[in-house]
Amino acid sequence: MITWTLPVWAALPVTLLLVCGGTFSLIGALGLLRMKTFYARMHPPTMGATLGVGCVLIASMLLSTAILHHPVTHELLIMLFMALTSPISAMTLMRAAMHRARTTPSSSGYTGP
Amino acid sequence: MKRVARSVSPFLVLALTAVWLLLNQTLDLAQIALGAVLAVGLAWSASALRPVQTRLRRLDVALALTMVVLADIVSSSVAVGRLVLAWGHAREFRPGFLTIPIELRNPYGLAALAVIVTSTPGTVWAGLSPAGDALTLHVLDLKDEDEWIRHFKQRYERPLTRIFQ
Repeated sequence: MITWTLPVWAALPVTLLLVCGGTFSLIGALGLLRMKTFYARMHPPTMGATLGVGCVLIASMLLSTAILHHPVTHELLIMLFMALTSPISAMTLMRAAMHRARTTPSSSGYTGP
Repeated sequence: MKRVARSVSPFLVLALTAVWLLLNQTLDLAQIALGAVLAVGLAWSASALRPVQTRLRRLDVALALTMVVLADIVSSSVAVGRLVLAWGHAREFRPGFLTIPIELRNPYGLAALAVIVTSTPGTVWAGLSPAGDALTLHVLDLKDEDEWIRHFKQRYERPLTRIFQ
């Protein structure tokens, strides 16, 4: 069994960040259930993809740094690639929904801009 | 066959070298040299794909904008979270489309704007007019349209124009 000890200076912020990240992701997922229209449903999951993931990745950096005794910064790359790629899926979903609303307005009950 | 004028962007070389070092988790001189060679090669090949050259003119403005965006992500996450959890009267909000006239034309500036809009909860990019003069957003809680447009232009578009144009 692998045993390692986590110093208190790292354990406290790591726990706090994981709880915060989990809470934001959970509220984001809950928003998916509670919002009424497709367009409104696009918004809450963004919380999980930005702040939720951000908190978990910072926690991961702190934890690995504390355990391995040297700085671990891989997570910065995950943040970079998340930021660069998320607009593509968001735009695709949004434009597809708007196109559907334009061509078959009755299917969504919602008209575009 | 039309020949594309090729040039290597120094910023892209620096960024790719930084990514290489982050991937390898090292500051070893040999790795820096290898990363730099790879970065120059990749930047040179990429110049055929994106011939539009641009320059980051104001790095200080870019840093300040990054800070503003990070703060906005936190504050709008809290705002959206409240709307999700709210019950009864507090749940009344008005989602809607908002068209903003924009002056920013630089493709890299627009890409940065797309990243900002997408990563901020409460706003989603809904299209740019073919002429490039009007940006449509979907906003979760659209209270005051004019205030929104003023806020958007001053907070994001103006710094981006200063950085890229």
